[in-house]
Amino acid sequence: MKPNDILLAAVTKIAVLIILTFSIDLFFSGHHNPGGGFIGGLGIASSLVLMYLTFGTEAVNKLIPVDFKTVAAIGVLIAVLTGAGSFLFDAPFLSQTYGYFELPILGKTELATALIFDTGVALAVIGSAVTIILSISEDR
Amino acid sequence: MNNIIILPIIIPLIAGLVMVIFRKNVYAQRSIALLAILSTGLVAVLLAGQVKSDGIQVLQAGGWAAPYGISLVADMFAIILLIITAFVSFCCLFYAFYTIGNIREKNFFYPLFLFMISGVNGSFLTGDIFNLFVFFELMLISSYALITLGGERKQLRESIKYILINVMSSFFFLVAVAYLYAVTGTLNMAHLSVRVAEAGQGGLMTTIAILLLMVFSLKAGLVLFQWLPGSYSAPPTAVAAIFAALLTKVGIYAIFRMFTLIFYHQPEITHLLIGIMGAATMLLGAIGAVSKWDIKGILTYNVVVSVGLILAGLAAFTTGSITGSVFYLVHDINVKALIFLIGGTVIYLTGTSNLKEISGLIRTHPFLGWMFFIAALALAGIPPLSGFLGKVLITKGTFDAGEYWLGAIGLISSLLVLYSVMKIFMNVFWGETNLSEDMEKGTTRGIIVPITFLTAVIVFLGLGGESISSYIQLAAEGLMDPDLYIKAVLGE
Repeated sequence: MKPNDILLAAVTKIAVLIILTFSIDLFFSGHHNPGGGFIGGLGIASSLVLMYLTFGTEAVNKLIPVDFKTVAAIGVLIAVLTGAGSFLFDAPFLSQTYGYFELPILGKTELATALIFDTGVALAVIGSAVTIILSISEDR
Repeated sequence: MNNIIILPIIIPLIAGLVMVIFRKNVYAQRSIALLAILSTGLVAVLLAGQVKSDGIQVLQAGGWAAPYGISLVADMFAIILLIITAFVSFCCLFYAFYTIGNIREKNFFYPLFLFMISGVNGSFLTGDIFNLFVFFELMLISSYALITLGGERKQLRESIKYILINVMSSFFFLVAVAYLYAVTGTLNMAHLSVRVAEAGQGGLMTTIAILLLMVFSLKAGLVLFQWLPGSYSAPPTAVAAIFAALLTKVGIYAIFRMFTLIFYHQPEITHLLIGIMGAATMLLGAIGAVSKWDIKGILTYNVVVSVGLILAGLAAFTTGSITGSVFYLVHDINVKALIFLIGGTVIYLTGTSNLKEISGLIRTHPFLGWMFFIAALALAGIPPLSGFLGKVLITKGTFDAGEYWLGAIGLISSLLVLYSVMKIFMNVFWGETNLSEDMEKGTTRGIIVPITFLTAVIVFLGLGGESISSYIQLAAEGLMDPDLYIKAVLGE
C-alpha cells in the first residue's frame, strides 16, 4: 500500500503532531480531570493509524520498528505488575499511593503510582488498537 | 486482607503476557506454562489450608471496603475447584505438548490457554457479579481464539455458532446485571444477598434470578446445550478436553453461587425449575449419547448429562445433596478431561472418529484400553471409583427432598451413559485388530503420561474419598449457610 496524496501527506504531518500532543496532555490530565490512559492511548493509536493510512505500512514500520502485539502485552504486564507491587508493601492488591516531589523544571509535582498503571493501560490500548487495524488492512 | 487470593488469577496472566513478548522460543513457553499452572495449584493448596483453619479468606482489591470495591473471596467451594482446575489443566497442557503441533504453539496457543485459566480462576474467586462477567469474558474470548486457532474448515464453522451463542448470552448477562443493580443498588454478591433477604425475593427478583439462570444455563449447557456437541468436537483434543472439563463447570459454579448465596428464598420456584431443567438435560443428553456412532459425539453428549446430574443436587437443596454435587463436580472435571484425552488419542491413532471403522485396539494398546474402561465405569458411577460417592449422595438427597422423579431420572441416565461409553469400549477396543502398529497415524509415547495421572486421580477419589471428604463437607456447609460468606466479606 503506497498512496501518494500530497494534500493528505501535508495535513497528516501537522495533524499527527497536534493529535500526539493532545493525547499526551489527555493522558496526564487523567489523574484528576477527564482523560487518562485509555483515552490517551486511543488518541495516540489514532495518530498512528493516520500515519499508516498516509505513508503506507512499510514506511511507518521502518520508522517505528515495534511489534504492536508486544506493546499490548508489555502494557498489560506493566498494569498487572503495578498492582502486584502491593505485595512488597503488604498492602491489598491494586492499592495505590502518591506523594509530592520537587522536580527541576516543574516545581512541586504530584506523582502517583496510578500513573504507572495508566501507562500500562495506554500501551495496551495502543498495542491492541493498532494490531486490530493492521490485521484488518492485511486482509485483502 | 489476604493477598495470596489474587495469585491464581495473575500468575497465569503474567506468564501468558511474558510468553506473548517472547513468542519465538517454544520450549521456554512450554516450561513457563507448566510452571505457572503448577504454582497456581500450589497456591490453591496453601489457601485450602488457610480456609480450613481460619475460615473464608477475603481480599478487598485496592483496599476499598466491601460493597464499594471489588472483593475476591476464597471459600472452600472455590478453592476445591481451583485445585482440580490446576491439576486438569496441567494434564491437558502436558498432552498438548505432544499433539498440538508447532504452528499452533508458535501462534499464541500457550498464552491463550493461560489467559483462559486465568479467567476460569477469576470466575471462581470473585465476589462481585460484574467482575464475574469480566472474568467470564476473559475466559470466553480466550476460548473463541482457542476454538478457531488452526483455522480448519470444521473449526471455523462451529466457532461461528459458539461465538454467536456466547455473545448473545453475555448480552443477556449484562442485561440481568443491570436489572439487578437497578433493583438492589449493589453488585457485591454478599451485599446482594443481604439486600435480597431484607427486601424479600418477590416476583421481580425471582424473574431476574430466572434470567440469570438462563444466562448461566447457556454457558453450562443446562437444557440450552444444542450448541455444545458441535463446538466441543471441533477443536484439537487438548483444547476440547479442557473445554469439556472446565468451561461448562464455570457456568455450573455460577448457578450454584447465585442460587445458594443470593436467590435461595423461593426454592419452590427457582430450584424446582433447576430440577426440571436438570432432568430434561439428563434425558436429552443421554438419548443423544446413545444415538451417536462417533466417539466425539458420544463424549460431548456425556458432558451434557453430567451437567444435569450436578444441578439435580442443587435442586434437591439439602446439605447431603450439595455435598454430592460438589464431589461429583470434582470427579466430573477430572473424568471428562480423561475421557476426552483418551477419545482424542484413539482418533489420533486411527485417523477416524467413526466407531464402526475402529476395532481391536486393546491388542496394540492394552494400557489405553483399560484406562478407558476405568474412566467409563467411573463415569457411570460404579463403585469404588470416583463417580460413585457423588452420585449416591445426589440421589439420596433427591429422595430425601421427596423428589423421587429427579433421582429416578438420574439413575436411568446413568445406565444410558454406561451403555454409551461401553459402546465405545466394545467397538474400539474389542474385536479383530484391523490396524497394525506401523499403520497407525501416531504414537502414544508421552501422551500416555497425563492420561495415567488423570486415571490415578479417579482411583484415588474413589478409594480415598474419605481423606478429602472433610474439605468437601466444608464446601457444602459453606454453600448452605450464606451468613458465613456474608460475614467474611462485609465483616459484620
